[in-house]
Amino acid sequence: MVKKVISSAEAISEAVKLAKPDVIPVYPITPQTKISEKLAEYVANGELNAHYIKVESEHSAMSASIGASGTGVRVFTATSSQGLAYMHEVVYAAAGMRMPIVMANANRALSAPINIWNDQQDSIAERDAGWLQIYAETGQEALDTTLQAYKISENKDILLPTMVCIDGFILTHTVDVVEIPTQEQVDKFLPQYEPEHAFLDPKDPMSIGTLADTEYYMETRHDIEKAQQKALKVISDVDNEFKDQFGRGYGLIEEYKTEDAEIILVAMGSICGTIKDVIDTERSNGQKIGLLRVRVYRPLPIEAIKQALKTDAKIAILDKNVSFSIGGALYNEIKAIINNPTYGYIVGLGGRDITPEQIREIIEKTKNPTKDVEWIGLKE
Amino acid sequence: MDIDEKEYLAPGHRACAGCGATIGVRLALKALGENTVAVSATGCLEVVTTPYPETAWEIPWIHVAFENASAVASGVEEALKAQGKEDTNILVIGGDGGTTDIGMQSLSGAMERGQNIIYLCYDNEAYMNTGIQRSSSTPYGASTTTSPAGKNSFGETRHKKNMAMIMASHGIPYVATASISHPTDLMNKVKKAAETKGPAYIHLLQPCATGWGFKTSDTVKLGRLAVQSHLWVLYEIDHGEFKVTVKPAKKIPVTDYLNMQKRFKHLDDQHKANIQAYVDSQSKELGLTD
Amino acid sequence: MVSIGAAIKNPGSTKNNKTGSWRTFKPVSDKEKCIKCNFCYMYCPEGCINKEYDPDYDYCKGCGICAEECPVNAIKMVREE
Repeated sequence: MVKKVISSAEAISEAVKLAKPDVIPVYPITPQTKISEKLAEYVANGELNAHYIKVESEHSAMSASIGASGTGVRVFTATSSQGLAYMHEVVYAAAGMRMPIVMANANRALSAPINIWNDQQDSIAERDAGWLQIYAETGQEALDTTLQAYKISENKDILLPTMVCIDGFILTHTVDVVEIPTQEQVDKFLPQYEPEHAFLDPKDPMSIGTLADTEYYMETRHDIEKAQQKALKVISDVDNEFKDQFGRGYGLIEEYKTEDAEIILVAMGSICGTIKDVIDTERSNGQKIGLLRVRVYRPLPIEAIKQALKTDAKIAILDKNVSFSIGGALYNEIKAIINNPTYGYIVGLGGRDITPEQIREIIEKTKNPTKDVEWIGLKE
Repeated sequence: MDIDEKEYLAPGHRACAGCGATIGVRLALKALGENTVAVSATGCLEVVTTPYPETAWEIPWIHVAFENASAVASGVEEALKAQGKEDTNILVIGGDGGTTDIGMQSLSGAMERGQNIIYLCYDNEAYMNTGIQRSSSTPYGASTTTSPAGKNSFGETRHKKNMAMIMASHGIPYVATASISHPTDLMNKVKKAAETKGPAYIHLLQPCATGWGFKTSDTVKLGRLAVQSHLWVLYEIDHGEFKVTVKPAKKIPVTDYLNMQKRFKHLDDQHKANIQAYVDSQSKELGLTD
Repeated sequence: MVSIGAAIKNPGSTKNNKTGSWRTFKPVSDKEKCIKCNFCYMYCPEGCINKEYDPDYDYCKGCGICAEECPVNAIKMVREE
């Protein structure tokens, strides 16, 4: 184990190197490129023995990932924003074909207007694809989650791809101290991928990516539903195992000072760090504020969230995405499963800075709500 | 020629009676043998061969989407290499829509990267799977459901995209045209493609009874007439060396080919003369006639 | 129950689907005339003509290519009863 001061993009690259994928098809896009450049460097230096495919588009990055994964090897790719939107069609195919691909998504706004900065609209737009989605708060968590992701995705009861989401620039380009496990440790945690359901081998021919008609299609979707349900336990188990070995665990959700809170903020990703700071300040002023961080977004840990919000607290949900006319995705989903007074706040779209003052504003608005959904940080 | 007696595409598939695509793929697979992985683009062939829970494929087969077969194949190839299976043939199969239109980008990418794959385009000159819509491979004058002949239309107004030459411009080691009517030529080319290190592209003309409007028994005959009229010239470009592989003994008029098909039925003499002039110029350009 | 990802691990299983029922005309060959040129075998879209040049009527769709391509007219298309 060594400690390095690195960006989250590099932290993910370190994790990928340790996970030893055989094939890495990638296409450049800001702010993901920090990851693919680092991986290219590892391959060029002989530190990572992977076939790096410089594909001509993100659509081909995911398509080649499916081809490679279908051949029975471990695969990694990374993308952002327009790239994720461009691969949308095959993002669905990867889940439908049950390929345990791990992809990092450096969260970035979607066009138009074109904007390279952070929000989470891109991965939220893929929430129904059948992928598992985990949102990291820090570089360390990004590294750890990437390692966990392979173990979760390759679990025989799951066999679904995982998207590790990190906020573009805020995480991808800022450095922090990250502990990097040794290869021996990782090999012990993450054994080699042994495919059973899909592998292209002339000695044992199978057809994958077939045509399923009205008699069969619906069951294939229900099978994904079952795997997503099972994933809640598998993700927890893998996280616990990781914690036993490495001393760090994250849970499906993280509860921060929620037990006596009168207002609980709910959010995903790097913004949670700022929120925790605000909570600490507000608590020293006698304000009972807490945070529920949703780390695993797909599958949505409904029971864990319900349990955490089983209080009389008012709930303020921060979304870095919007479903026009009805508020953010997290707001709508959580409001549907709890009975607390719940309010949605659209924040930080296209990289708009989310300040501690704005978080205080959200707290104040939640005390005396006038609207179900408000946009915070808009200019006059 | 010696022929592999094993069938790698089983019967019972749902292709139309007289399908030219299955003839071409059967023969290509016989040329390659069992150490082959097939990658299909969405299209007729994919749909008719893998109706779950049945598959016609006797070799490993993968399909993901319409436009990405070459990218999927790139992933397959690199993954097989990673496993030390470098001698496995990778046959990518796409129709003309999946190749010359929607699959153009991923195909160009794979060729440019030098992926060691054999791309076989089965060209039936329209989107047959979705109901005979015009593609960029549809020839001048053909009536399709999106280029119908009518009072103000003589069908498709453009000549077909010259895909084989576009592939040749990528500087790949092997490019060829083929016709299902010439099995030995086709199989020799597939074998050559397999022996070639790096990308190979074979453009196979494949008459389609359903889409072109002819008797199911005439599929092979139509291919032969296309070759004999010089409308479809069989050639290869092996490491830059261009060679016509089949020189028809006598050049027949293109009307012998056109008049057998419903899709050209509406054409008047002037349109047919335009096609003949186009064929004549192509024949000269490729060195079949002076 | 559908297999994971609808993968099919039963190669060649379309053989369960007897497409012979599609046929309205069937090819009947005259072995006396046959010169073993292989054309019918090569051109069959179903791959259902064996090396003895007998069509497998379980699968033959009756397209008539074999009869059309036979250089010695050894194959006739006969209406199904």
